[in-house]
Parts: sequence; C-alpha cells; structure tokens
Amino acid sequence: MPELSLREALNEALSEEMERDEDIFVMGEEVAEYNGAYKVTKGMLDRFGPERMIDSPISEAGFAGLGVGAAMAGLRPVIEMMTWNFAVQAFDQIINHAAKMLYMSGGQFNVPMVIRGPNGAARGLGAQHSQCLEHMLTNCPGLKIISTVIPADAKGLMKSAIRDNNPVLFLESEMLYGFKGEVPEGEHIIPIGKGDIKREGTDVTVISWNKALLQTLDAAASLAAEDGINVEVIDPRTLMPLDEELIFESVRKTNRLVVVEEGWGVSSFGCYITDRVTTECFDDLDAPPARVSNLFVPMPFNVTLEKEVLPTESRIKEAVKKVLYKD
Amino acid sequence: MPAPKKDQLIPFYREMLLARRFEERTGQLYVQQKFNGFCHLYIGQEAVSTGCLNAIRKGEDHVISAYRDHVQPMVLGMTPREVMAELLGKSTGCVKGKGGSMHMFSKDLRYYGGHGIVGGQVPLATGIGFKIKYKKEDNVVLCFLGDAAINQGQFHEALNMAAVWKLPCLFIIENNLYGMGTAINRTCALENLADRAKGYAMRGETVDGRDVVKTYTKMTELVEWVRKTSEPVLIDMQTYRLRGHSMSDPGHYRTKEEVTKERERDCLVLLQDVILSKKLATESDFEHWDEETMEVVEDAITFAEESPEPDASEIWTDVFVDEN
Repeated sequence: MPELSLREALNEALSEEMERDEDIFVMGEEVAEYNGAYKVTKGMLDRFGPERMIDSPISEAGFAGLGVGAAMAGLRPVIEMMTWNFAVQAFDQIINHAAKMLYMSGGQFNVPMVIRGPNGAARGLGAQHSQCLEHMLTNCPGLKIISTVIPADAKGLMKSAIRDNNPVLFLESEMLYGFKGEVPEGEHIIPIGKGDIKREGTDVTVISWNKALLQTLDAAASLAAEDGINVEVIDPRTLMPLDEELIFESVRKTNRLVVVEEGWGVSSFGCYITDRVTTECFDDLDAPPARVSNLFVPMPFNVTLEKEVLPTESRIKEAVKKVLYKD
Repeated sequence: MPAPKKDQLIPFYREMLLARRFEERTGQLYVQQKFNGFCHLYIGQEAVSTGCLNAIRKGEDHVISAYRDHVQPMVLGMTPREVMAELLGKSTGCVKGKGGSMHMFSKDLRYYGGHGIVGGQVPLATGIGFKIKYKKEDNVVLCFLGDAAINQGQFHEALNMAAVWKLPCLFIIENNLYGMGTAINRTCALENLADRAKGYAMRGETVDGRDVVKTYTKMTELVEWVRKTSEPVLIDMQTYRLRGHSMSDPGHYRTKEEVTKERERDCLVLLQDVILSKKLATESDFEHWDEETMEVVEDAITFAEESPEPDASEIWTDVFVDEN
C-alpha cells in the first residue's frame, strides 16, 4: 500500500472524485494557480482546468453562499476555507442557509456541498488563527461533520463527503498535512458516521480526534510502557453523526471514560460525548468521566505558552490516572 | 423595446389584483391570529413581481427572493391554496408547513425561496448563476432583495463575484425606500442605488417599479441582454410598500401624508387607468374581476383552514437526504 501524506491523500480523493463526476468543482482562496495555501490542491488546476478549479476573492461568506446556491441548483461544490477560522465569516451561510435549506424547503432543495480546510492551532499563529470550530458547528442540526488527520481515513471519508447529498464540513489540520500513513489506492470509501478503534485496550476508553488523537496515542503508549495501563483509543472520525454505539461498547468494557479534545472545553463536543455516555452507560461507569481540552483563554502567540494552553500529553496521562483513581 | 401587448395588460392586472386581495386577506387572518410568526405583506409592490416574472421563461429561469415572498411564487404558477396553506402551517402548504411566511419554495417552478436573513440569498443567486454558466445553459437567475440588503457585506461579495465571473444574474433591489423603519437615505449615501453597480464594473439600471408596463418592458430587455451576454445587472426597482414592514409595524417613521400621496401612484390604480384609457375594459369588468378574485382567495383560505396539520413524524424528516 502506498504511503501518502495527509495532503496527498486529500488530493487523491478530490482528484479521483473530480474524474468521476464533472459536476464537482473546487473553489476557494488560492486553490488553483497557487496550488492551495497548504498545497492540498497541488496540480489540480493543470489537471482539471480553470472552469473547475476556481480562485475566489477573499469573500468567505460570499463563496460559501455561492456554493450553497450552486449545490441547490445541482452542482457538487467543494469549498476550501484556507482555515476554519476564516469560516467564521461564512457562519451565516453554513448555519442559516446550508444546514437549514432541506428542512425549510420541505425536502425540496438539498445542498450536496463539502466545505473543507484546516482546523485548530498550528504553531504560533496567535488568537485568531488557532481555533477549533467543531464545538460551535456540531450544535447545528442539518450538518454532517468530519474531523480527521489520518491519511487513509481522510481519503475514504473525503470521497464519502463528496458523494453525500447533504452539506458536509471537513476539518483537517495544518500541522499534519505532511503526516504520512498507508493509503489504499483507488476506490477506498469510509462511511460517514463510523468511528474507529485506533488502539485496543481494557482499562480506560479515551475518545479523541484530529490532532489531539496523535497526542492521545503517544500518551497511551507511554502509559502502557511506564504504568502498565491499557488504554483503548477511539477516533470517532465523524462527529456528526456520532458513532455512539462504538463508544458505549468500549465504555461498557473499560468502565472509564476520558475525552481529549483540542479547543475550549466549555459547551464543547466533549461535553456532549460525556453527556451521552453518562446518560446511556451510567451503571457501567466506575468513575466520573474526565476531559482534557484547551485552557479557557484566547490562544497566546508565544509557543511555550501555546503548548501549555493546548491539551498536553501530561494532562492526558493525569486524566487517565484520575479515572483509575491512580492520581 | 418589447412593451407588453394589449392582451397582456388585463392578465397583468388580474394577477396583481389577486396578489393585492390575497395579501389584504392574509393581513386580516394574521390580525385574527389564524397563524403565527412574522408576516411581511407585498401590498404596493405587485407591479414588481408581475413586471419581472412575466419577463422570464417561467419554470426554466431561476428565481430567489427574501422574506416578502407570498406573491412571487403565485406569479410563477404556485396556487394560492399552496401559499395560504403554508402561511397557516398546514401539511398541504408548499413546504408542508415547515417554512411559513418567509420560506416559500418550489423546485418545480425553480423558485429557490423565501429567505429570512437580509442579503443572505444574494450569494445563493450568484451560485445559481455559476451553475448556469458551468453547465453552459441559457437561463438567467432573478434575485430579489430589499433596499436595506445592499448594505450587507454578503451583497457586496456576491455582486463582485458575479461581475468577475460574468454570471447571468439580475439583482433586483425592490426599493420601497425603507429597511424596516429606517429610510434608505439614512443608511446609504448614494442617491441612486443603481450606482452601487459601478463599484463592481457592472451594469446598473433604474426602473419605475410602480408602472407595470415600464417594468415589464425594461425587464424583458434586461433579461434577454443578460441571457445573451451572461453579464450581471443591478436594478434599482423603485416601488413603495403601502403597509408596514411587517404586521407588527405601526409605521410611525413615515407621515400619513406621505402614504396618502404614494397611494395616488398605487401600481394597480396606474394600470387600471391604462386599461380604461385604452378602452380595453369597462368599470364593470373591474368589479367582476374583483368578485372572481375574492372567490379564489376565499377558496384558498377555506382550503388552508380545512387542511390537516403536519403529522408529528414530519419533525424528523428533511433534516438530511438519506439516499446518496
């Protein structure tokens, strides 16, 4: 199986889908001539031409809305947000238009659109460029939301996202576009709504996704080696709809839950996961669930401070030990 | 210029009369608390929808609008029953009671809604125009917006893109002089709203939207120009709403004298004068049409009132399309 970086896996998914369906086009800032701000769309202008690879003005609300209209009219837009931070400009289109169109038109107008881009902090980008938007967007019915950095998952889920007849938000990570993994060639599809056990274990269930997942896996390896703690790590991959059964099954086995999420933990998606688990698996739990998330401050620029604000491996390990009463 | 033929004037009048009577009764039903939510009446602006929507290929060209949207779908061909039932939130409404006053839709009529965020529908229109060009079709999209929407950022972004990419969009400002209770000259420094188009290197036009003959004539020309050139145009369609912004608006921001004066240029009165002066009909014809129109409206109300409420199971449908 070839080894691809996250950006190459995404590029492969986008390109294969565009070969398959002429109604797919890509629009966003710098996606065409510049080959993508993070080179996800490298080479695609040459391959698909300027009619299908479109450099937009810096008008996030405008081109997100263009995508909604084009999708209502029958095309299948893939809209790139240079980062999800900029998509805040387009929240009106995402929340008030894309998410609600099918419902308020009584099922007449669906919006088969993907909005994709990097999410979360990179390194020293400061307060306005370092946010995780899933916590706000999972609060809105009518959207499917995928968050992944694993190349094989990204390819399989991007193909599903593009083929889905609903608006799908796809959250990647700027820091991990170079992260490599084995990726199946050709028709590799991962259904939306299916989570994945990234590490099997028996003692504690830890849920994590996107960049924080890699920290969680490092922490799990260290806990196993140093403390003999056997952590099961689950990557939901899709946040909406959430693969609840996979999580419940794991918690019923381990009787303990930790959620590790980048972003602020107030009214966060981690709150929702712990709520679902405590509601559905209350009798299975041997300890209150624990959560690890950003410290509740805007992101500082200084990299040492930034590292401390984000979830750290030591906080993850502390949380795991806490639910095992080993702190 | 392609002026309306003589035999179009009476159908235009009757279409506008239906709009007027429909909205008058809608206002009464709202006061009687027969339905909930917001209610923005079209009274005074009927020449705009009739003049614009008869200038397109109905059902082929695309139309999108804001929330003052009871009348446009009817001009495109939706039955008054479907609109009234939607106002009352019934299962027989055009969107099964899930949209209400502000969200009328019809995919068959290529009517893309009915949108409640001021200016939010303008980028959508640009997207529909993008699709037309992408698929090399020869349709156009008509985007209706209120005068206050021109101060939204999304309006600017959408018009800029439409101009850069030469998309076949007609952006029609239904300029009724007020954004809710705020006069447009208090929020926009331009005297002539069509001048906004210059900033996008776009064609701009001003049209007397009270006069359905002038509106239809100019719109026919513009629609065919857009179809031929695939270039967008911004139209300052000058009109006036004879009622409040919504049903809860007492209208203290404008004088009675102003409204009385504007009634003299009521689009229905203007067209009636044309028809009478051309001797195309008599006074008694107008009375007869009025009676017939009232019957249509009352039938729509009866239909809506007798229609069933949506089933509770409808709460969970249409959140997502299941099959891909």
